[in-house]
Amino acid sequence: MSSADIYREIILDYYRNPRNFGKLENPDIVKRDSNPLCGDELEMHINIKDNKVADVKYTGKGCAISQASASLLTEMMMGKDFDEVKKLSKEDILENLGLTELGPTRLKCALLSLKVLKYGIYSYLIEKLKDTSSADKIKKEASGLF
Amino acid sequence: MQASILNVEKIRKDFPILQRKVREDKPLVYLDNASTSQKPIQVIDAIRNYYLNQNSNIHRAVYALAEEATSSFEATRDKVAKFVNVKNREEIIFTRGTTEAINLVAYAWGRKNVEKDDIIVTTEYEHHSNIVPWQLLTKEKGAKLEYIGIDDNGELILDQLDKYLETGRVKLVTFSQMSNVLGTITDTNKIIAKCKKAGVKTLIDGAQSVPHMQVDIDNMGCDFFTFSAHKMLGPTGVGILWARKEILEEMPPFHGGGDMIREVHKYETTWNDLPYKFEAGTPNIAGVIGFATAIDYLSQLGMLSVREHESQLTKYALEQISKIDKMKIYGPTDISKRGGVISFNYADIHPHDLASIVDEDGVAIRSGHHCAQVLMERLDVAATSRASFYIYNTEQEVDVLIKALNHAKELFKI
Ligand SMILES: Cc1ncc(COP(=O)(O)O)c(C=O)c1O
Repeated sequence: MSSADIYREIILDYYRNPRNFGKLENPDIVKRDSNPLCGDELEMHINIKDNKVADVKYTGKGCAISQASASLLTEMMMGKDFDEVKKLSKEDILENLGLTELGPTRLKCALLSLKVLKYGIYSYLIEKLKDTSSADKIKKEASGLF
Repeated sequence: MQASILNVEKIRKDFPILQRKVREDKPLVYLDNASTSQKPIQVIDAIRNYYLNQNSNIHRAVYALAEEATSSFEATRDKVAKFVNVKNREEIIFTRGTTEAINLVAYAWGRKNVEKDDIIVTTEYEHHSNIVPWQLLTKEKGAKLEYIGIDDNGELILDQLDKYLETGRVKLVTFSQMSNVLGTITDTNKIIAKCKKAGVKTLIDGAQSVPHMQVDIDNMGCDFFTFSAHKMLGPTGVGILWARKEILEEMPPFHGGGDMIREVHKYETTWNDLPYKFEAGTPNIAGVIGFATAIDYLSQLGMLSVREHESQLTKYALEQISKIDKMKIYGPTDISKRGGVISFNYADIHPHDLASIVDEDGVAIRSGHHCAQVLMERLDVAATSRASFYIYNTEQEVDVLIKALNHAKELFKI
Protein backbone atom coordinates (compact mmCIF):
# COMPACT_ATOMS: atom_id res chain seq x y z
CA MET A 1 0.00 0.00 0.00
CA SER A 2 1.24 3.50 -0.72
CA SER A 3 1.48 6.06 2.05
CA ALA A 4 -1.27 8.03 0.40
CA ASP A 5 -3.53 5.01 0.85
CA ILE A 6 -2.43 4.29 4.41
CA TYR A 7 -2.51 7.77 5.90
CA ARG A 8 -6.05 8.68 5.05
CA GLU A 9 -8.49 10.66 7.13
CA ILE A 10 -9.60 7.71 9.22
CA ILE A 11 -6.12 6.81 10.47
CA LEU A 12 -5.14 10.42 11.09
CA ASP A 13 -8.39 11.11 12.90
CA TYR A 14 -8.10 8.14 15.24
CA TYR A 15 -4.41 8.96 15.78
CA ARG A 16 -4.99 12.63 16.60
CA ASN A 17 -8.30 12.23 18.39
CA PRO A 18 -7.98 8.92 20.15
CA ARG A 19 -11.24 7.45 21.45
CA ASN A 20 -11.30 5.78 24.84
CA PHE A 21 -7.81 6.91 25.72
CA GLY A 22 -6.94 6.50 29.38
CA LYS A 23 -7.21 4.01 32.21
CA LEU A 24 -10.02 2.37 34.15
CA GLU A 25 -10.18 2.42 37.92
CA ASN A 26 -10.70 -1.27 38.68
CA PRO A 27 -10.50 -3.10 35.39
CA ASP A 28 -11.28 -6.79 35.08
CA ILE A 29 -8.66 -7.13 32.40
CA VAL A 30 -5.36 -5.28 32.21
CA LYS A 31 -2.90 -6.20 29.52
CA ARG A 32 0.23 -4.51 28.29
CA ASP A 33 2.55 -5.32 25.43
CA SER A 34 5.19 -3.67 23.33
CA ASN A 35 6.82 -4.25 20.02
CA PRO A 36 10.53 -4.61 20.79
CA LEU A 37 11.46 -3.80 17.21
CA CYS A 38 10.03 -0.33 17.16
CA GLY A 39 9.15 0.36 20.78
CA ASP A 40 5.39 0.77 20.30
CA GLU A 41 3.62 0.33 23.62
CA LEU A 42 0.04 -0.44 24.45
CA GLU A 43 -1.93 -1.06 27.62
CA MET A 44 -5.57 -2.01 27.53
CA HIS A 45 -8.09 -1.90 30.40
CA ILE A 46 -11.43 -3.71 30.06
CA ASN A 47 -14.44 -4.10 32.33
CA ILE A 48 -16.78 -7.02 31.77
CA LYS A 49 -20.33 -6.93 33.09
CA ASP A 50 -23.19 -9.35 32.33
CA ASN A 51 -20.97 -11.02 29.80
CA LYS A 52 -20.56 -7.76 27.89
CA VAL A 53 -17.74 -5.23 27.51
CA ALA A 54 -19.00 -2.55 29.87
CA ASP A 55 -16.03 -0.24 29.41
CA VAL A 56 -12.66 -0.20 27.73
CA LYS A 57 -9.73 2.21 27.66
CA TYR A 58 -6.18 2.15 26.37
CA THR A 59 -2.96 4.06 26.75
CA GLY A 60 0.07 3.79 24.56
CA LYS A 61 2.79 5.32 22.48
CA GLY A 62 3.55 4.55 18.91
CA CYS A 63 3.02 5.23 15.26
CA ALA A 64 -0.24 6.41 13.75
CA ILE A 65 -1.14 2.92 12.58
CA SER A 66 -0.67 1.28 15.98
CA GLN A 67 -2.47 3.99 17.89
CA ALA A 68 -5.32 4.34 15.41
CA SER A 69 -5.86 0.61 15.43
CA ALA A 70 -6.00 0.52 19.24
CA SER A 71 -8.38 3.42 19.29
CA LEU A 72 -10.65 1.88 16.71
CA LEU A 73 -10.54 -1.53 18.34
CA THR A 74 -11.82 -0.11 21.62
CA GLU A 75 -14.79 1.32 19.71
CA MET A 76 -15.44 -1.98 18.01
CA MET A 77 -15.54 -3.75 21.37
CA MET A 78 -17.55 -1.35 23.43
CA GLY A 79 -20.83 -2.84 24.60
CA LYS A 80 -20.25 -6.02 22.65
CA ASP A 81 -21.02 -9.48 23.87
CA PHE A 82 -17.91 -11.13 25.30
CA ASP A 83 -18.21 -14.00 22.81
CA GLU A 84 -18.30 -11.57 19.90
CA VAL A 85 -15.21 -9.82 21.21
CA LYS A 86 -13.42 -13.15 21.40
CA LYS A 87 -14.08 -13.58 17.71
CA LEU A 88 -12.67 -10.24 16.53
CA SER A 89 -10.14 -10.98 13.85
CA LYS A 90 -7.20 -9.48 12.06
CA GLU A 91 -9.38 -8.96 9.00
CA ASP A 92 -12.00 -7.05 11.00
CA ILE A 93 -9.42 -4.53 12.15
CA LEU A 94 -7.63 -4.10 8.85
CA GLU A 95 -10.89 -3.71 7.02
CA ASN A 96 -12.16 -1.09 9.43
CA LEU A 97 -8.93 0.84 9.13
CA GLY A 98 -8.99 0.57 5.35
CA LEU A 99 -5.64 -1.20 5.35
CA THR A 100 -5.32 -4.03 2.89
CA GLU A 101 -1.79 -4.86 1.82
CA LEU A 102 0.51 -3.77 4.58
CA GLY A 103 4.13 -4.93 4.58
CA PRO A 104 5.18 -7.27 7.40
CA THR A 105 6.65 -4.56 9.64
CA ARG A 106 3.70 -2.24 9.45
CA LEU A 107 1.30 -5.15 9.87
CA LYS A 108 2.77 -5.62 13.34
CA CYS A 109 1.93 -2.01 14.13
CA ALA A 110 -1.65 -2.53 13.03
CA LEU A 111 -2.13 -5.75 14.99
CA LEU A 112 -0.47 -4.92 18.29
CA SER A 113 -3.79 -3.87 19.79
CA LEU A 114 -5.53 -7.08 18.76
CA LYS A 115 -2.67 -9.07 20.21
CA VAL A 116 -3.01 -7.23 23.52
CA LEU A 117 -6.76 -7.81 23.48
CA LYS A 118 -6.43 -11.55 22.78
CA TYR A 119 -3.86 -12.04 25.52
CA GLY A 120 -6.07 -10.03 27.84
CA ILE A 121 -9.04 -12.26 27.13
CA TYR A 122 -6.85 -15.30 27.56
CA SER A 123 -5.73 -14.24 31.05
CA TYR A 124 -9.32 -13.40 31.95
CA LEU A 125 -10.60 -16.79 30.82
CA ILE A 126 -7.90 -18.65 32.71
CA GLU A 127 -7.81 -16.61 35.89
CA LYS A 128 -11.40 -15.52 36.38
CA LEU A 129 -13.45 -18.07 34.45
CA LYS A 130 -11.09 -21.04 34.82
CA ASP A 131 -11.88 -21.85 31.24
CA THR A 132 -8.89 -23.53 29.61
CA SER A 133 -10.53 -24.96 26.51
CA SER A 134 -11.40 -21.73 24.68
CA ALA A 135 -8.49 -19.93 26.34
CA ASP A 136 -5.95 -22.08 24.57
CA LYS A 137 -7.55 -21.34 21.25
CA ILE A 138 -7.37 -17.59 21.94
CA LYS A 139 -3.75 -17.83 23.00
CA LYS A 140 -2.89 -19.60 19.79
CA GLU A 141 -4.63 -16.90 17.80
CA ALA A 142 -2.77 -14.20 19.70
CA SER A 143 0.63 -15.74 19.13
CA GLY A 144 -0.15 -16.10 15.44
CA LEU A 145 -0.73 -12.37 15.05
CA PHE A 146 2.94 -11.42 14.99
CA MET B 1 25.99 23.63 -4.13
CA GLN B 2 29.47 23.37 -2.68
CA ALA B 3 32.04 20.98 -4.06
CA SER B 4 33.10 18.26 -1.65
CA ILE B 5 36.72 17.73 -0.71
CA LEU B 6 36.13 14.10 -1.71
CA ASN B 7 35.58 12.95 -5.25
CA VAL B 8 32.13 11.65 -4.39
CA GLU B 9 31.18 10.81 -7.94
CA LYS B 10 34.16 8.48 -8.20
CA ILE B 11 33.56 7.03 -4.74
CA ARG B 12 29.95 6.20 -5.56
CA LYS B 13 31.06 4.05 -8.50
CA ASP B 14 32.82 1.76 -6.00
CA PHE B 15 29.54 1.00 -4.20
CA PRO B 16 27.42 -1.25 -6.42
CA ILE B 17 24.45 -1.08 -4.05
CA LEU B 18 24.13 2.67 -4.61
CA GLN B 19 23.26 1.96 -8.21
CA ARG B 20 20.21 -0.09 -7.35
CA LYS B 21 16.63 1.09 -7.31
CA VAL B 22 14.21 0.57 -4.46
CA ARG B 23 10.41 0.80 -4.28
CA GLU B 24 10.26 -0.02 -7.99
CA ASP B 25 12.08 2.89 -9.57
CA LYS B 26 13.55 5.12 -6.89
CA PRO B 27 17.32 5.52 -6.64
CA LEU B 28 18.46 4.41 -3.19
CA VAL B 29 19.28 7.30 -0.87
CA TYR B 30 21.04 5.53 1.98
CA LEU B 31 21.09 7.68 5.10
CA ASP B 32 21.44 5.06 7.82
CA ASN B 33 25.21 4.98 8.03
CA ALA B 34 25.34 5.25 11.81
CA SER B 35 23.71 1.84 11.81
CA THR B 36 25.97 0.25 9.23
CA SER B 37 27.83 1.57 6.21
CA GLN B 38 27.68 0.22 2.68
CA LYS B 39 30.66 -1.76 1.38
CA PRO B 40 32.82 -0.84 -1.62
CA ILE B 41 33.48 -3.43 -4.32
CA GLN B 42 37.11 -3.64 -3.17
CA VAL B 43 36.03 -5.01 0.22
CA ILE B 44 33.54 -7.41 -1.35
CA ASP B 45 36.28 -8.63 -3.72
CA ALA B 46 38.74 -9.17 -0.87
CA ILE B 47 36.23 -11.40 0.93
CA ARG B 48 35.46 -13.23 -2.29
CA ASN B 49 39.15 -13.71 -2.97
CA TYR B 50 39.71 -15.28 0.42
CA TYR B 51 36.95 -17.83 -0.13
CA LEU B 52 37.96 -18.44 -3.74
CA ASN B 53 41.69 -18.71 -3.29
CA GLN B 54 42.82 -18.84 0.33
CA ASN B 55 40.06 -20.52 2.31
CA SER B 56 41.68 -22.40 5.21
CA ASN B 57 41.92 -22.04 8.95
CA ILE B 58 44.61 -19.79 10.33
CA HIS B 59 47.49 -20.07 12.79
CA ARG B 60 48.02 -23.83 12.95
CA ALA B 61 48.32 -25.57 9.61
CA VAL B 62 51.64 -25.58 7.76
CA TYR B 63 50.49 -25.80 4.18
CA ALA B 64 50.55 -22.95 1.65
CA LEU B 65 46.90 -21.92 1.81
CA ALA B 66 46.92 -21.61 5.57
CA GLU B 67 50.12 -19.63 5.50
CA GLU B 68 48.62 -17.17 3.05
CA ALA B 69 45.39 -16.86 5.00
CA THR B 70 47.27 -16.39 8.27
CA SER B 71 49.46 -13.72 6.82
CA SER B 72 46.47 -11.81 5.32
CA PHE B 73 44.67 -12.09 8.65
CA GLU B 74 47.65 -10.88 10.66
CA ALA B 75 48.37 -8.11 8.17
CA THR B 76 44.98 -6.65 9.14
CA ARG B 77 46.14 -6.38 12.73
CA ASP B 78 49.05 -4.21 11.62
CA LYS B 79 46.77 -2.07 9.46
CA VAL B 80 44.33 -1.52 12.31
CA ALA B 81 47.18 -0.63 14.67
CA LYS B 82 48.53 1.93 12.24
CA PHE B 83 45.09 3.34 11.41
CA VAL B 84 44.27 4.28 15.00
CA ASN B 85 47.92 4.85 16.01
CA VAL B 86 48.67 1.96 18.33
CA LYS B 87 52.33 0.95 18.72
CA ASN B 88 51.99 -2.64 19.89
CA ARG B 89 50.19 -4.86 17.43
CA GLU B 90 49.54 -7.48 20.14
CA GLU B 91 47.27 -4.99 21.86
CA ILE B 92 44.79 -5.21 18.96
CA ILE B 93 42.24 -7.94 19.66
CA PHE B 94 39.71 -9.08 17.10
CA THR B 95 36.17 -9.48 18.40
CA ARG B 96 32.76 -9.79 16.75
CA GLY B 97 32.14 -6.08 17.19
CA THR B 98 31.99 -3.24 19.68
CA THR B 99 29.36 -5.06 21.70
CA GLU B 100 31.55 -8.10 22.21
CA ALA B 101 34.59 -5.94 22.93
CA ILE B 102 32.81 -4.07 25.72
CA ASN B 103 31.42 -7.32 27.13
CA LEU B 104 34.92 -8.75 27.09
CA VAL B 105 36.17 -5.89 29.25
CA ALA B 106 33.18 -6.02 31.59
CA TYR B 107 33.60 -9.76 32.04
CA ALA B 108 37.33 -10.29 32.14
CA TRP B 109 38.59 -7.01 33.59
CA GLY B 110 35.44 -6.03 35.45
CA ARG B 111 34.89 -9.22 37.38
CA LYS B 112 38.46 -9.19 38.58
CA ASN B 113 38.69 -5.53 39.49
CA VAL B 114 35.27 -4.28 40.50
CA GLU B 115 34.09 -4.87 44.05
CA LYS B 116 31.10 -4.13 46.21
CA ASP B 117 30.30 -0.39 46.45
CA ASP B 118 32.65 0.49 43.62
CA ILE B 119 31.30 2.79 40.94
CA ILE B 120 31.25 2.47 37.15
CA VAL B 121 30.43 5.73 35.40
CA THR B 122 28.77 5.81 31.98
CA THR B 123 26.75 8.54 30.23
CA GLU B 124 23.15 9.23 29.29
CA TYR B 125 23.94 9.06 25.58
CA GLU B 126 25.38 5.57 25.46
CA HIS B 127 24.32 2.79 23.15
CA HIS B 128 22.79 -0.16 25.03
CA SER B 129 26.04 -2.03 24.47
CA ASN B 130 27.81 0.40 26.80
CA ILE B 131 25.12 0.21 29.48
CA VAL B 132 23.83 -3.35 29.76
CA PRO B 133 27.22 -5.09 30.31
CA TRP B 134 27.86 -2.66 33.16
CA GLN B 135 24.44 -3.28 34.66
CA LEU B 136 25.19 -7.01 34.62
CA LEU B 137 28.58 -6.45 36.25
CA THR B 138 27.50 -3.97 38.91
CA LYS B 139 24.46 -6.07 39.87
CA GLU B 140 26.63 -9.14 40.24
CA LYS B 141 29.19 -7.30 42.37
CA GLY B 142 26.91 -5.06 44.39
CA ALA B 143 28.61 -2.10 42.76
CA LYS B 144 26.92 1.05 41.45
CA LEU B 145 26.32 2.36 37.96
CA GLU B 146 26.20 6.15 37.64
CA TYR B 147 25.45 8.39 34.67
CA ILE B 148 26.96 11.64 33.42
CA GLY B 149 23.90 13.61 32.28
CA ILE B 150 23.51 15.72 29.15
CA ASP B 151 22.50 19.36 28.84
CA ASP B 152 19.84 20.72 26.48
CA ASN B 153 22.45 21.05 23.79
CA GLY B 154 23.10 17.33 23.91
CA GLU B 155 26.53 17.69 25.51
CA LEU B 156 27.79 15.92 28.62
CA ILE B 157 27.69 17.84 31.91
CA LEU B 158 31.23 17.06 32.95
CA ASP B 159 30.92 18.63 36.41
CA GLN B 160 28.92 15.57 37.32
CA LEU B 161 31.96 13.43 36.66
CA ASP B 162 33.95 15.40 39.28
CA LYS B 163 31.35 14.58 41.87
CA TYR B 164 31.63 10.85 41.18
CA LEU B 165 35.42 10.94 41.08
CA GLU B 166 35.53 12.66 44.46
CA THR B 167 34.03 9.58 46.10
CA GLY B 168 37.25 7.71 45.40
CA ARG B 169 35.20 4.63 44.48
CA VAL B 170 35.11 4.96 40.71
CA LYS B 171 36.86 2.07 38.93
CA LEU B 172 36.01 2.91 35.33
CA VAL B 173 34.56 5.74 33.27
CA THR B 174 33.12 4.45 30.00
CA PHE B 175 31.73 6.64 27.20
CA SER B 176 31.28 6.92 23.47
CA GLN B 177 33.49 9.31 21.58
CA MET B 178 30.53 10.19 19.37
CA SER B 179 26.85 9.71 20.18
CA ASN B 180 25.02 7.55 17.65
CA VAL B 181 21.83 9.57 18.17
CA LEU B 182 22.84 13.18 18.78
CA GLY B 183 26.11 13.10 16.88
CA THR B 184 27.75 14.88 19.81
CA ILE B 185 31.52 14.55 19.82
CA THR B 186 32.62 13.92 23.39
CA ASP B 187 35.34 16.05 24.95
CA THR B 188 37.47 12.93 25.26
CA ASN B 189 40.68 14.69 26.32
CA LYS B 190 39.01 16.46 29.19
CA ILE B 191 37.41 13.30 30.57
CA ILE B 192 40.61 11.30 30.27
CA ALA B 193 42.62 14.05 31.97
CA LYS B 194 40.19 14.12 34.90
CA CYS B 195 40.24 10.34 35.19
CA LYS B 196 44.01 10.10 34.97
CA LYS B 197 44.37 12.61 37.78
CA ALA B 198 42.03 10.47 39.88
CA GLY B 199 43.78 7.22 38.88
CA VAL B 200 40.62 5.92 37.21
CA LYS B 201 40.54 3.79 34.06
CA THR B 202 38.69 4.86 30.91
CA LEU B 203 36.97 2.93 28.14
CA ILE B 204 36.07 4.66 24.90
CA ASP B 205 33.38 3.34 22.61
CA GLY B 206 34.66 4.44 19.22
CA ALA B 207 31.95 2.71 17.16
CA GLN B 208 30.81 6.09 15.78
CA SER B 209 34.07 8.04 15.90
CA VAL B 210 36.60 5.77 14.16
CA PRO B 211 34.55 5.55 10.92
CA HIS B 212 34.20 9.32 10.68
CA MET B 213 37.22 11.11 12.12
CA GLN B 214 40.91 10.70 12.77
CA VAL B 215 41.46 8.79 15.99
CA ASP B 216 44.84 8.59 17.69
CA ILE B 217 44.64 6.11 20.56
CA ASP B 218 48.26 6.52 21.59
CA ASN B 219 47.87 10.26 22.07
CA MET B 220 44.52 9.95 23.73
CA GLY B 221 45.79 8.03 26.73
CA CYS B 222 42.69 5.97 27.49
CA ASP B 223 42.89 2.39 28.79
CA PHE B 224 40.39 0.57 26.59
CA PHE B 225 39.10 1.42 23.12
CA THR B 226 36.49 -0.42 21.02
CA PHE B 227 35.04 -0.15 17.51
CA SER B 228 33.26 -2.11 14.75
CA ALA B 229 34.35 -2.80 11.17
CA HIS B 230 30.86 -2.76 9.66
CA LYS B 231 30.31 0.95 10.29
CA MET B 232 33.49 1.84 8.38
CA LEU B 233 33.07 0.07 5.02
CA GLY B 234 34.06 -3.32 6.47
CA PRO B 235 32.09 -6.53 6.91
CA THR B 236 29.76 -7.35 9.81
CA GLY B 237 30.97 -9.59 12.60
CA VAL B 238 34.38 -7.95 13.07
CA GLY B 239 35.34 -5.54 15.80
CA ILE B 240 38.33 -4.36 17.73
CA LEU B 241 39.26 -4.16 21.34
CA TRP B 242 42.40 -2.27 22.14
CA ALA B 243 43.80 -2.14 25.66
CA ARG B 244 47.21 -1.49 27.08
CA LYS B 245 49.42 -4.56 27.34
CA GLU B 246 49.91 -4.34 31.10
CA ILE B 247 46.15 -4.42 31.56
CA LEU B 248 45.54 -7.23 29.07
CA GLU B 249 48.25 -9.35 30.66
CA GLU B 250 46.64 -9.04 34.06
CA MET B 251 43.17 -9.90 32.74
CA PRO B 252 41.88 -13.47 32.85
CA PRO B 253 40.57 -14.81 29.52
CA PHE B 254 37.03 -14.19 28.29
CA HIS B 255 36.22 -17.25 26.16
CA GLY B 256 38.01 -20.55 26.57
CA GLY B 257 38.82 -22.79 23.62
CA GLY B 258 41.20 -23.23 20.74
CA ASP B 259 43.86 -20.65 19.88
CA MET B 260 43.80 -18.96 23.27
CA ILE B 261 45.80 -21.68 25.02
CA ARG B 262 49.46 -22.54 25.36
CA GLU B 263 49.12 -26.01 26.93
CA VAL B 264 45.99 -27.84 27.93
CA HIS B 265 46.13 -30.66 30.46
CA LYS B 266 43.27 -32.51 32.02
CA TYR B 267 42.76 -30.04 34.82
CA GLU B 268 44.98 -27.09 34.06
CA THR B 269 45.61 -24.82 31.11
CA THR B 270 48.13 -22.10 30.44
CA TRP B 271 47.22 -19.13 28.27
CA ASN B 272 48.61 -18.13 24.95
CA ASP B 273 50.37 -14.79 24.52
CA LEU B 274 48.57 -11.62 23.58
CA PRO B 275 46.50 -11.05 21.53
CA TYR B 276 45.59 -14.74 21.08
CA LYS B 277 44.69 -15.19 24.74
CA PHE B 278 41.52 -13.24 23.94
CA GLU B 279 40.81 -14.74 20.52
CA ALA B 280 39.33 -18.15 21.23
CA GLY B 281 38.00 -20.26 18.38
CA THR B 282 38.04 -19.76 14.63
CA PRO B 283 37.52 -16.05 14.00
CA ASN B 284 35.72 -14.33 11.15
CA ILE B 285 38.73 -14.77 8.88
CA ALA B 286 37.08 -13.52 5.70
CA GLY B 287 35.68 -10.55 7.57
CA VAL B 288 39.01 -9.58 9.09
CA ILE B 289 40.70 -9.83 5.70
CA GLY B 290 37.95 -7.68 4.16
CA PHE B 291 38.39 -5.16 6.94
CA ALA B 292 42.00 -4.54 5.87
CA THR B 293 40.73 -3.40 2.48
CA ALA B 294 38.18 -1.11 4.14
CA ILE B 295 40.97 0.50 6.12
CA ASP B 296 43.03 0.93 2.96
CA TYR B 297 40.06 2.59 1.30
CA LEU B 298 39.54 5.06 4.13
CA SER B 299 43.27 5.71 4.48
CA GLN B 300 43.49 6.59 0.82
CA LEU B 301 40.71 9.15 1.22
CA GLY B 302 42.25 10.45 4.44
CA MET B 303 40.20 10.68 7.61
CA LEU B 304 40.54 14.46 7.77
CA SER B 305 38.90 14.69 4.35
CA VAL B 306 36.21 12.22 5.38
CA ARG B 307 35.42 14.39 8.38
CA GLU B 308 35.43 17.57 6.32
CA HIS B 309 33.11 16.09 3.70
CA GLU B 310 30.66 14.97 6.38
CA SER B 311 30.81 18.25 8.28
CA GLN B 312 29.98 20.17 5.15
CA LEU B 313 27.13 17.83 4.29
CA THR B 314 25.79 17.85 7.85
CA LYS B 315 25.89 21.64 7.90
CA TYR B 316 23.90 21.73 4.67
CA ALA B 317 21.40 19.15 5.95
CA LEU B 318 20.95 20.96 9.26
CA GLU B 319 20.25 24.21 7.39
CA GLN B 320 17.70 22.56 5.12
CA ILE B 321 15.95 20.51 7.78
CA SER B 322 15.70 23.37 10.23
CA LYS B 323 13.92 25.49 7.59
CA ILE B 324 10.96 23.16 7.95
CA ASP B 325 8.33 24.46 10.31
CA LYS B 326 7.54 22.36 13.41
CA MET B 327 10.80 20.45 13.13
CA LYS B 328 12.64 19.59 16.34
CA ILE B 329 16.34 18.79 15.89
CA TYR B 330 18.34 17.21 18.70
CA GLY B 331 22.02 17.62 19.52
CA PRO B 332 24.66 20.36 19.26
CA THR B 333 24.13 23.12 16.73
CA ASP B 334 27.85 23.86 16.58
CA ILE B 335 29.06 21.79 13.62
CA SER B 336 32.53 21.37 15.13
CA LYS B 337 30.96 19.49 18.02
CA ARG B 338 28.93 17.01 16.00
CA GLY B 339 29.46 14.24 13.54
CA GLY B 340 27.29 13.38 10.53
CA VAL B 341 24.25 12.29 12.50
CA ILE B 342 20.99 14.24 12.74
CA SER B 343 18.12 13.11 14.94
CA PHE B 344 14.81 14.89 14.62
CA ASN B 345 11.10 14.80 15.21
CA TYR B 346 8.62 16.39 12.86
CA ALA B 347 5.39 17.84 14.30
CA ASP B 348 3.20 15.02 15.63
CA ILE B 349 4.32 12.48 13.04
CA HIS B 350 5.67 9.40 14.74
CA PRO B 351 9.19 8.52 13.49
CA HIS B 352 8.01 5.15 12.17
CA ASP B 353 5.37 6.77 10.05
CA LEU B 354 7.90 9.32 8.86
CA ALA B 355 10.51 6.68 7.98
CA SER B 356 7.99 4.64 6.06
CA ILE B 357 6.73 7.67 4.15
CA VAL B 358 10.20 8.81 3.08
CA ASP B 359 11.03 5.19 2.17
CA GLU B 360 8.56 5.57 -0.66
CA ASP B 361 10.94 8.09 -2.17
CA GLY B 362 13.81 5.62 -1.78
CA VAL B 363 15.19 7.35 1.32
CA ALA B 364 16.49 5.02 4.04
CA ILE B 365 16.48 6.76 7.42
CA ARG B 366 16.20 5.16 10.81
CA SER B 367 13.37 5.55 13.27
CA GLY B 368 13.12 4.28 16.80
CA HIS B 369 15.17 4.42 19.98
CA HIS B 370 18.49 3.64 18.23
CA CYS B 371 19.51 1.29 21.05
CA ALA B 372 19.65 4.32 23.34
CA GLN B 373 16.53 4.13 25.47
CA VAL B 374 18.20 5.88 28.41
CA LEU B 375 18.77 8.86 26.12
CA MET B 376 15.20 8.70 24.76
CA GLU B 377 13.94 8.92 28.34
CA ARG B 378 16.21 11.91 29.00
CA LEU B 379 14.93 13.63 25.84
CA ASP B 380 11.42 12.65 26.87
CA VAL B 381 10.56 11.08 23.53
CA ALA B 382 9.63 7.53 22.59
CA ALA B 383 11.66 7.65 19.41
CA THR B 384 13.37 9.91 16.90
CA SER B 385 14.06 9.84 13.18
CA ARG B 386 17.71 9.81 12.29
CA ALA B 387 19.63 10.61 9.12
CA SER B 388 23.34 9.81 9.12
CA PHE B 389 25.90 10.41 6.40
CA TYR B 390 29.02 8.89 4.95
CA ILE B 391 31.60 9.41 2.24
CA TYR B 392 29.23 8.65 -0.64
CA ASN B 393 26.34 10.91 0.37
CA THR B 394 25.62 14.13 -1.52
CA GLU B 395 23.73 17.39 -1.12
CA GLN B 396 21.37 16.18 -3.86
CA GLU B 397 20.48 13.26 -1.60
CA VAL B 398 19.75 15.65 1.25
CA ASP B 399 17.43 17.45 -1.17
CA VAL B 400 15.62 14.18 -1.88
CA LEU B 401 15.17 13.73 1.88
CA ILE B 402 13.75 17.24 2.19
CA LYS B 403 11.33 16.57 -0.65
CA ALA B 404 10.27 13.34 1.00
CA LEU B 405 9.68 15.17 4.28
CA ASN B 406 7.44 17.48 2.33
CA HIS B 407 5.36 14.51 1.23
CA ALA B 408 4.95 13.59 4.88
CA LYS B 409 3.84 17.14 5.55
CA GLU B 410 1.14 16.86 2.91
CA LEU B 411 -0.06 13.44 4.02
CA PHE B 412 -0.29 14.44 7.65
CA LYS B 413 -1.72 17.85 6.75
CA ILE B 414 0.86 19.69 8.87
C1 LIG C 1 27.92 4.20 19.80
C2 LIG C 1 27.76 2.74 19.49
N1 LIG C 1 28.26 1.84 20.33
C3 LIG C 1 28.15 0.52 20.10
C4 LIG C 1 27.48 0.03 19.01
C5 LIG C 1 27.35 -1.45 18.83
O1 LIG C 1 28.11 -1.89 17.78
P1 LIG C 1 27.98 -3.38 17.23
O2 LIG C 1 26.53 -3.64 17.02
O3 LIG C 1 28.77 -3.35 15.98
O4 LIG C 1 28.57 -4.29 18.27
C6 LIG C 1 26.94 0.93 18.10
C7 LIG C 1 26.22 0.44 16.90
O5 LIG C 1 25.09 0.72 16.63
C8 LIG C 1 27.06 2.32 18.36
O6 LIG C 1 26.54 3.22 17.52
